[in-house]
Amino acid sequence: MVTTNIAVGSALRVHEVHKSFAVPDAPGTTRLALDGISFSIAAGELVSLVGPSGCGKSTLLRLIAGLDFPDAGELLVGEEKILGPSAARGLVFQDPNLFPWLTVRRNIEAGLVARGVLEAQRHEVSDFMRLVGLEAFANSYPHHLSGGMSQRVALARALINHPKVLLLDEPLGALDAFTRMRMQDEVLRLWENRRTTMLLVTHDIDEAIYMSDRILVMTPAPGRVDRKIDIDLLRPRDRTSEPFLRLRSQILEHLHFAGTAADVSA
Amino acid sequence: MPLAGAIAFAAHLAVYKNETPMEARTYTNFLATFLIVSILIAVGQHRWRRLRVAVWRMRPLFTAAVLLLCAWELITAGWHWLPLPYFPSPAAVLQSMISDRALLFDSTWHSLVLLLAGYVLGALAAFVSGVCIGWSNSARYWGMPLLKVIGPVPATAWIPLAMVVSPSATISAAALIALAVWFPVTMLTSSGISNTRASYLDVARTLGANQRYLIFRVAIPAALPSIFVGLFMGLGASFLTLVVAESVGVKSGLGWYVSWAQGWAEYGKVFAALIIMAAFFSTIMTLLFKLRDRVLVWQKGMIKW
Repeated sequence: MVTTNIAVGSALRVHEVHKSFAVPDAPGTTRLALDGISFSIAAGELVSLVGPSGCGKSTLLRLIAGLDFPDAGELLVGEEKILGPSAARGLVFQDPNLFPWLTVRRNIEAGLVARGVLEAQRHEVSDFMRLVGLEAFANSYPHHLSGGMSQRVALARALINHPKVLLLDEPLGALDAFTRMRMQDEVLRLWENRRTTMLLVTHDIDEAIYMSDRILVMTPAPGRVDRKIDIDLLRPRDRTSEPFLRLRSQILEHLHFAGTAADVSA
Repeated sequence: MPLAGAIAFAAHLAVYKNETPMEARTYTNFLATFLIVSILIAVGQHRWRRLRVAVWRMRPLFTAAVLLLCAWELITAGWHWLPLPYFPSPAAVLQSMISDRALLFDSTWHSLVLLLAGYVLGALAAFVSGVCIGWSNSARYWGMPLLKVIGPVPATAWIPLAMVVSPSATISAAALIALAVWFPVTMLTSSGISNTRASYLDVARTLGANQRYLIFRVAIPAALPSIFVGLFMGLGASFLTLVVAESVGVKSGLGWYVSWAQGWAEYGKVFAALIIMAAFFSTIMTLLFKLRDRVLVWQKGMIKW
């Protein structure tokens, strides 16, 4: 097993972040995607970001990953400003984006190779393959894997760098319902095991309630954090318990209201 | 298959007297061997399953091939439908192939060396320029116009110029083949590189990749399928350039051999060289496909050859 004390998460702070994009159809005009987003996540916390599609969740995640830059505002990991991509912030997309030309083992090793530490940390590769239960597929190519298996490889590939923050952009969105529930437990296990700070983007409200310490609800056009809801239920959570369902209808109602409000204003 | 062999053999015996005995003997032996082997296989396949599996797919092909030879012989030596000396019989072609084997072998060797030199040179240069144009915006700005203007000109069009510039015909031929290969390989390498899925690059960057990793471990592997398409197109262009260059400037090789034999009106030799050329080029093509299959094992649903 991978030791739990190697990776301890970092706090993440997003302060008054604005981001707009050029509109391709109308040159010269821009569309505001994020309008003064602020929130902070404590070290080791698991927070979900929910909201209708087009509310800028993925844009925000790209900013935190350092793949894109805000027009205004500040993003901090611990005390450090985010200036570009870094192995300290892992990112897992909905599409696993495994490198199809590499075997499962080589995909998991990719981060070590990229940082030039493969020799020193090669022994960990097998640990991580075992962690996600894929030892038997070490030499398979990604096109032989199912969706759930691919996503587990993508998780292992991100985790082998011992990131301080793991960003999950609808990582389970493309999986069938059963696989998704299994994977939710798997991600929770990894999180409890390693206490990496996790920010999970999802539009599955059940998933958000089931997994996270806190839920940030975003509203679209332009994206704003509208509400922050603490989930104080004990894990493992029962998806059919009364408090679970109450939270669920509360969030749904809120999203529905936010949706119609946005429609009216537009 | 034995039946077809027998038909061809019988047809051969029927027209046998029209040929000069010297020429006909090897072909007779060849057909006899084919007949005997096919009978052996026909009998043996009932006993050994593996033999049957091995020959099953090839049987119709071999049958068709020997019937084609038979038809060729009937048309040329049998009924004299086609004028001599332009269309010799298969026996005559086989005979000239054997009698001139030393020179044919030598020509094939020279063609191979020239082709490989030009191809490897062109492919390497194209790989470098393709990666640069595909990856860097400034290389694209300056390289693309050059590629677009020079690329579409067939390499053979440069022959008059190449003859003046270089003292050695062989060197200029190699350079022309390299040029012929360079254009398609550069074009497809650069498009493969610049079409690398952005999310692969994003993932690699969040894994801590530097520029070198992004180019050599992400963009180039991702571009490989496209690069191979370029290599195949380049190979076709290199065959064409090779044969033309050999028949106008270079004094060796299969292209030269064909035009030389034609000059002497020895069409048996022309056909012999063409057959060897076909085998030679398709072997090289097959080798490139084998290489591709090995390099791109990770790809699913590859095009079959």
